[in-house]
Amino acid sequence: MAAIRGFGAYLPSRVVTNAELAAPLDCEAGWILDVSGIEERRYAASTESVASMGVSAAQQCLERAELKASDLGMLLVSSGSSERRFPGPASAIVHALNVDGIPAIDLPMASAGSLFGMALAAPLSQIYGNILVIASEKMSAIVSRQPLERGVVPLFGDGAGACLISPESGPVKILDALLNSDGAFADDLRLEFSAPLEMNGRSVILQASRKIPSAIAGLLERNGQPASAVKVFLMHQANQNLMDRVARALQVDAAHFYSNIRHYGNTSSASMLIAAAEWWRHPGPRAGDLICFAAFGAGFHWGALLAQTV
Amino acid sequence: MDNSERIIGIVRKFSNHTALPDPDESLFDSGLIDSFALPDMLSELEREFGIQIPASDLNPRKFESLARIQSYIESRM
Repeated sequence: MAAIRGFGAYLPSRVVTNAELAAPLDCEAGWILDVSGIEERRYAASTESVASMGVSAAQQCLERAELKASDLGMLLVSSGSSERRFPGPASAIVHALNVDGIPAIDLPMASAGSLFGMALAAPLSQIYGNILVIASEKMSAIVSRQPLERGVVPLFGDGAGACLISPESGPVKILDALLNSDGAFADDLRLEFSAPLEMNGRSVILQASRKIPSAIAGLLERNGQPASAVKVFLMHQANQNLMDRVARALQVDAAHFYSNIRHYGNTSSASMLIAAAEWWRHPGPRAGDLICFAAFGAGFHWGALLAQTV
Repeated sequence: MDNSERIIGIVRKFSNHTALPDPDESLFDSGLIDSFALPDMLSELEREFGIQIPASDLNPRKFESLARIQSYIESRM
């Protein structure tokens, strides 16, 4: 049975406050906080790329998992904001980690990409050995495209996360995963080449507020666990209101949903792994804890993954 | 109480304002229903009318006005 060996994260040093965004967006800093629950986010430097941030998260993850890059059998790299059509960031990352030769696969999926990566890595680790799942996003390059949208720009930030999945040994066993995709609403959240991000917020929230609780409930039910048994929900950090809504739908105290969106905004597919890396350090997993990961994003793609501390 | 009155009662429950728009006026553009009130309003409509709105019908445009809500609800009853 596959196991999680550890997480890593990278956040650019530049903090962008609501006050800094208020002027170009012609709004009040307080309004941004009120509508988004976001106080600040990080923006990458012009010299930083999706790949370079991914490498930093990968290196921290390997260090925390007490493994070397040469111990890896595969990379799965998720990003919805990579700088070019191809090759994706996976090839740059496999080269930077000095493990050219192992398969490095891009998952060009915003938001839910890291969850899909983890779910795919679990069975693939039985064939390829240790798999590093990396999610890296430079959303600032996307949301800075003209015309600036007041309802979009403040929501996003940059960052990267990583998760090491091993075929057997590790402190947290992966029990099960449930993945779904539905293209009926693909146009409601999309990014065309060289165009601004297009988001029908009502549709995204409407779909997400039904699909995420349904996926989590379905996964827990087939594993014979009530939602109240889950120690922590590590969700894609899309929106605080959405996370609170999912908690209510599952009849779980919102305190069980780890949240860092106030400080980093929505870092798309990286957000769930950044949250996991922070949670892993503090308070961290304790014996027997059930951990539920969940994400929803453009496509729409969504799902949940259940794990348990050994 | 007819369907129209039952729908108005539910919209009022989740509305940001006391005034109601004309039947064909957008509940979203008028600011009556925000993005996060919409899922709750639909759940309440499902309970009130004993229907299940399938995922494929979860398109905000179908529920944009009082008239559209009534039309959709009555098509599912």
